[in-house]
Amino acid sequence: MKRLWITLTWLVFSILILIPLVVLATGAFGEGTSGFIKALARPEALHALKMTGLIVLVVTLLNGLFGIMMGIYLVRATWLSRRLRQLFNSIVDLPYAVSPVIGGLMIVLLLGPDTIVGAFFEQIGFKVVYAFPGMVIATLFVTFPLMVREVMPVLQELGTDQEQAASTLGAYSWRTFWQVTWPSIRWAVIYGTILTVARSLGEFGAVLVVSGNIINKTQTATTLVYQDMENFNVTAANGVALVLAVFSIGLLLLMERAKKRKEVH
Amino acid sequence: MNNTWIRHKGWTWGFRTTVLLYFLILIVLPIAGVYVNSLSDGWSAFVQNIADPIAWKAVLLTLQLALVATVINVAIGTMSAWVLVRYDFPGKSLLNSIVDLPFALPTAVGGLMILVLLGPHSVVGRAASALGLDLVFHQPAIVVAMVFVTFPFVIRAIQPLLEELDTSAEEASYTLGASRALTFFRVILPAMLPGILSGAMLAFSRALAEFGAVVLVAGNIPGRTLTASVYIFGEVESDNEAGAAAVSILLLTLSFLILWLINLVQTRRADT
Repeated sequence: MKRLWITLTWLVFSILILIPLVVLATGAFGEGTSGFIKALARPEALHALKMTGLIVLVVTLLNGLFGIMMGIYLVRATWLSRRLRQLFNSIVDLPYAVSPVIGGLMIVLLLGPDTIVGAFFEQIGFKVVYAFPGMVIATLFVTFPLMVREVMPVLQELGTDQEQAASTLGAYSWRTFWQVTWPSIRWAVIYGTILTVARSLGEFGAVLVVSGNIINKTQTATTLVYQDMENFNVTAANGVALVLAVFSIGLLLLMERAKKRKEVH
Repeated sequence: MNNTWIRHKGWTWGFRTTVLLYFLILIVLPIAGVYVNSLSDGWSAFVQNIADPIAWKAVLLTLQLALVATVINVAIGTMSAWVLVRYDFPGKSLLNSIVDLPFALPTAVGGLMILVLLGPHSVVGRAASALGLDLVFHQPAIVVAMVFVTFPFVIRAIQPLLEELDTSAEEASYTLGASRALTFFRVILPAMLPGILSGAMLAFSRALAEFGAVVLVAGNIPGRTLTASVYIFGEVESDNEAGAAAVSILLLTLSFLILWLINLVQTRRADT
């Protein structure tokens, strides 16, 4: 019985995850190493990877900072009523329930060229939708809960004793933050950062809707994979996808490490 | 230290306002915007958009396929969680680490992997077509894509419960002469049930929303292989934003309900 279950589990994991990964890797090298390099050296591929990198950078910075602050406020802010904090707390999770495509649609509806705000920005020469800012906003929306949700439980568990002690001893609140709060949430922040990077690296639906997927302009790595597949350029799609997969696996390994450290402290 | 200028009340106030504004503008405004936008032309326009057979059939199909994917996930997820917690075997830690891979991988890459694995030129695809089965661009591939992206939910929800479960309850059951099956259904399954439920609901809501993996493997034939999220994408592409928004709020409301149910299950568990 026990053997059967173990074999079945191995089978499920192999069919669903391991074999597809191997097929993807062999597919990327289907035309030899030169085919793989050629797929990646295309100008549109390089541009797409650069766009993805930029989005990851901006989104991780913004949502990292604001996510930490929001997490702290939701747990600690005495200047917000309990009710309001509970309400905000449930709103934070909403992007999880929103399909990425709908996330993208929201941005188009609010900031598209036909809207008041969009038209205003267009007039002053600042394109939002079908351009970089819109793609960043869409990714910000999708990844917002990740950091907040990592920081909050640690702060809740920690309690306010140490921070209060520090404050009564006369430490300034920024110093309290750096010397008392920060060391305890550090690993949660690192974990949240890795999650945010992984999610913004792989964001597809929201970005596809907002960007318009314009080659060499607003195309990201994931939307390039999509376009390559639509054009039946399978080897090229596999090549770009393999690069993304390698990054994701690397991030997954980092996550395992961070998780262990997070539990130790 | 003389940093009274930072200590000034205005700074604190400005800082707090900035963070809250960021949150409200980024999260609340867009969600409210879709609802307002879709209902601003009145209910009849909304109903008309939903009554489009292509639209409601896409939503219905998505519900059906997501349900099938969830049932499959409950079965293989419960088994995998059980095996990963209770048994020792070669490769255990490897399997345990790759459980989360579907979360880490871009969904478009996940879709591509399934497409290449099951495609007409692959071993599986050829075997299936020899048997007269169509996989890719048909419903089975959509279900596989949904199962793939939601695979970690059930496992990760059950694992901590199984680890917490005291083996003495099981042993007591055996000593009292209960059979293996009886022990499983009376002792082990009830302990896993909250995890199975919340994992299944999370998987279901994610499967409903899934776009990246599905759009690559689905044939997008209205009524047969066109899911709700792909329909929304198509409507945006063809500049019918009102139609897209109508289906969106249908899907959104459904997802919010599920999210609320999950919270209910989890807080209830925390209370007991």
